[in-house]
Amino acid sequence: MSITDIQVTDELVHDDDHNEEHHEQSFIFKYIFSTDHKTIAKQFLITGIFWAILGGGLSVIFRLQLGFPDMDMGFLQPFLGDWISNSGKLDPEFYLAMITMHGTIMVFFVLTAGLSGTFSNYLIPLQLGARDMASGFMNLLSYWFFFLSSVIMFISMFLSTGPASGGWTIYPPLSALPQAMSGSGMGMTLWLVSMVFFIASTLLGGINYITTVINLRTEGMTFRRMPLTIWAFFITAILGLLSFPVLVACVLLLVFDRSFGTSFYLSEIFIGGEALPNLGGSPILFQHLFWFLGHPEVYIVILPALGITSEVISTNSRKPIFGYTAMIGSILAIAFLSFIVWAHHMFITGMNPFLGSIFMFLTLIIAIPSAVKAFNYITTLWKGNLVFTPAMLFSIGLVSFFISGGLTGLFLGNAAIDINLHDTYFVVAHFHLVMGSAAFFGLLAGVYHWFPKMFGRMMDEKLGYIHFWLTFVGVYLVFFPLHYIGIAGFPRRYYSFTNFDAFSSFVDLNSFVTVAAIITFGAQFIFLFNFFYNIFKGKKAPSNPWNSNTLEWTTPRIPEHGNWPGDIPKVYRWPYDYSKPGAKDDFIPQTVPYHQTKESNTDFENEESKKEQSAS
Amino acid sequence: MLNTIIIIAAILILVILFAIFRVSSLVDVIKGDSSTKIPSSNGLQANLLLLFLIAGLIGGFYYSFGGLEDDFVLPVASKHGVITDTLFWWTMAITGVVFIVTHIFLFGFSWKYQHRENQVAYFYPHNNKLEMIWTIIPAIVLAALVFTGWKAWMDITRESPEGSEVIEIMGYQYAWSVRYPGADNVLGDYDYLKIDATNQMGIDFSDRASFDDFIPREIHVPKGKPVRFNIRARDVIHSVYQPHFRLQMNAVPGMPTQFWFEPTKTTEEMRAETKNPDFQYELVCNKICGQGHFAMRYIIVVDELEDYKEWFKSQEPWLKQNADYLTEVPAKLREAASIVAGIENPSDLDAPNGLTISGSK
Repeated sequence: MSITDIQVTDELVHDDDHNEEHHEQSFIFKYIFSTDHKTIAKQFLITGIFWAILGGGLSVIFRLQLGFPDMDMGFLQPFLGDWISNSGKLDPEFYLAMITMHGTIMVFFVLTAGLSGTFSNYLIPLQLGARDMASGFMNLLSYWFFFLSSVIMFISMFLSTGPASGGWTIYPPLSALPQAMSGSGMGMTLWLVSMVFFIASTLLGGINYITTVINLRTEGMTFRRMPLTIWAFFITAILGLLSFPVLVACVLLLVFDRSFGTSFYLSEIFIGGEALPNLGGSPILFQHLFWFLGHPEVYIVILPALGITSEVISTNSRKPIFGYTAMIGSILAIAFLSFIVWAHHMFITGMNPFLGSIFMFLTLIIAIPSAVKAFNYITTLWKGNLVFTPAMLFSIGLVSFFISGGLTGLFLGNAAIDINLHDTYFVVAHFHLVMGSAAFFGLLAGVYHWFPKMFGRMMDEKLGYIHFWLTFVGVYLVFFPLHYIGIAGFPRRYYSFTNFDAFSSFVDLNSFVTVAAIITFGAQFIFLFNFFYNIFKGKKAPSNPWNSNTLEWTTPRIPEHGNWPGDIPKVYRWPYDYSKPGAKDDFIPQTVPYHQTKESNTDFENEESKKEQSAS
Repeated sequence: MLNTIIIIAAILILVILFAIFRVSSLVDVIKGDSSTKIPSSNGLQANLLLLFLIAGLIGGFYYSFGGLEDDFVLPVASKHGVITDTLFWWTMAITGVVFIVTHIFLFGFSWKYQHRENQVAYFYPHNNKLEMIWTIIPAIVLAALVFTGWKAWMDITRESPEGSEVIEIMGYQYAWSVRYPGADNVLGDYDYLKIDATNQMGIDFSDRASFDDFIPREIHVPKGKPVRFNIRARDVIHSVYQPHFRLQMNAVPGMPTQFWFEPTKTTEEMRAETKNPDFQYELVCNKICGQGHFAMRYIIVVDELEDYKEWFKSQEPWLKQNADYLTEVPAKLREAASIVAGIENPSDLDAPNGLTISGSK
């Protein structure tokens, strides 16, 4: 392919778009208020990328504060205004606001909406062989509720009293009383309003995903033939549907306490020179309700990433995923157990210690299905024929993070050990690896893998490699050292450590972590360039660039609304027939009937092939 | 001026990078080998993964055992802390082995089974025996961890033994207040409605037990004797955290909590052990509580038992230091209160203006 070729095809593609604008749908309905699942997925992705830059940027600023406490931050005054004092110091309360926003943005807006929203929307109809989601209109609403929620959260960052600043877990009474911190005023109100819209969005999306998976599978696509991506999205949607409403209840009671004088979470409080009349509430009740969502939420974040990884690793190992049934079983087990481990976030809140021991037991059980997943990924690599696309590298990185971060969970899930580690940097290191970075890598693996389908063009491989290595090494350099200062007892959410002799060491380590964080953040701009540039200028993608078996690769290069121009393809086999002995290629797409692959069929499959033929 | 130069330099660098990217992608186009779908640097990536494994293992090993461990492993100074530390290091050993072995497999397989022409992947969809093994073995190991952890946890959180020293700690934005029971060894009641600028802890003087309570400037605890902290907060949630004692419990408004432990090393002994003549046990707040969260420091001094008793005796009851609060004591108990607190001429307070001092509250 020559340079001129690229130019010519650009023109052609442009013309196509141009024509469609007039003949089919107006620009507004095609790209903005679209009901096409593919467009909605891209909307989620782009919005997620916006939030990821913002959330990551915030972390760089507060890492500067932690790594270089004496630094003159005057240069940030144009962005942060009065939050930087005239002597160049970051405001301690704005520091808390930034960590709160970083957590909220990353957990909800990037790793829930950006990850599930993008790939559930994109892949469920395409991999199931459906023309669209069960309800395109609900899907549209789902995105626009998310958009509204984003706008409200974004606006809250520009309030003179600052955005919510009580930590992303917004424990009352801190979050309930504006006297306690200024971020608990209007900033907290907007946070709560934004979250209600966010939950509405998640539920609309989730109901849609579940309905689509149950009802719109193409002929032959039984549950036992569904790709693991879809299994993961399906179970994730169920988790969200069951847990997010509890957050609504939790948040609603907080709204009542804040605005209508109730005492659900407040009792015996003396603040700002006066005793409040509230009696009989319990801050622990809030924590129970919050973590009843909060814990499933971490699996809502990680399961889709694991689903994507299963698909990417299997495809690029040119091997079936090892233990398909066990993988489904472990997703189901994790999903079930995730609902009954929430109080391991609360061992030392004053909750009854007996309750603590029950939750410790249940928590360590959830390690078993997680371990099974990790072992199965590794066995899938064993005796493979590994192709290291950027997506594959990010998936391998994910498995590494999932193991590293998962193992430290065994410390924190053990109530006796948690006494000393709770709320230290050990926890920060743990969850940033196991759910933060792992899920983020899942998201990136997904983008690299499905970019050719999304935009009909290829991303640049070399930039992908540079991006991977800087990010992978960077993430470890940021989060691995944090375990050590966590063991040393450094508390999280501290503006500075200079007030304590016990925490006066590790100054250079903190500086090192900050530098690593800046480099890691900087590396993401390589990705952004690679992503946006190649949407328009990338090499044209072949229809099945990774020799993959799943249905999305049977669509045209750029699928229209409806996905397949003719009939919906039928499915005859599971999605993991890679390198099947006897087969002429190292992959057999799901659309190939058994009677066409006599050379590689097992006895059971030969029986199936007879049934196929008698049916037709 | 300098800023302008930096900006121009940054732009130039970006332009150069873009040019390099453009040239290299055009070179790829000219080389144009689109028949194969294997990335041209597939082998390089495999080698880098192996290199990462080796460098990571060496770096991690050096960092963990190269002398720095003295900095991040705080010496333990409580009885239960020894047990939790043992559990911690056992868990570390088990997870450490799993961590290293799984990573050797993960990156080792990645390197060993990198794509080669004519190499065919082994079609290996499942092996029930293998899967049973790695479900059951983790289950057994985890059961052991759970059981030992559960025993330690139940032991640490059981009721404090008879005869423990009882000390009340209250967190507020942004400091701690500490109250001792005084000579009668019973803490008096408190009521959050009685809190004011002086009576920070809301001591309720209608309770006889509160007359001799004292509020010192730092916490003293005896070595070798169980100490029980009664913990509460008056505004938002705080957390009583002391890393050397491996001690942590949230302070929750409206819900008193408690934690008991037995200190095993005096402050002096710790100074010798850490070779730091200024060593102090520091009480830390470990639950986000507002902008002063990072500055809630309070000193804990561990004394030998005799020194502790002496110190305890030398403390003045809070009521003596703030004698005008005698007016809050019910009239019939006032004389008893004066005697217990050691107030010398309480009659002053019967004067009308004596009453108004605190009565104006």
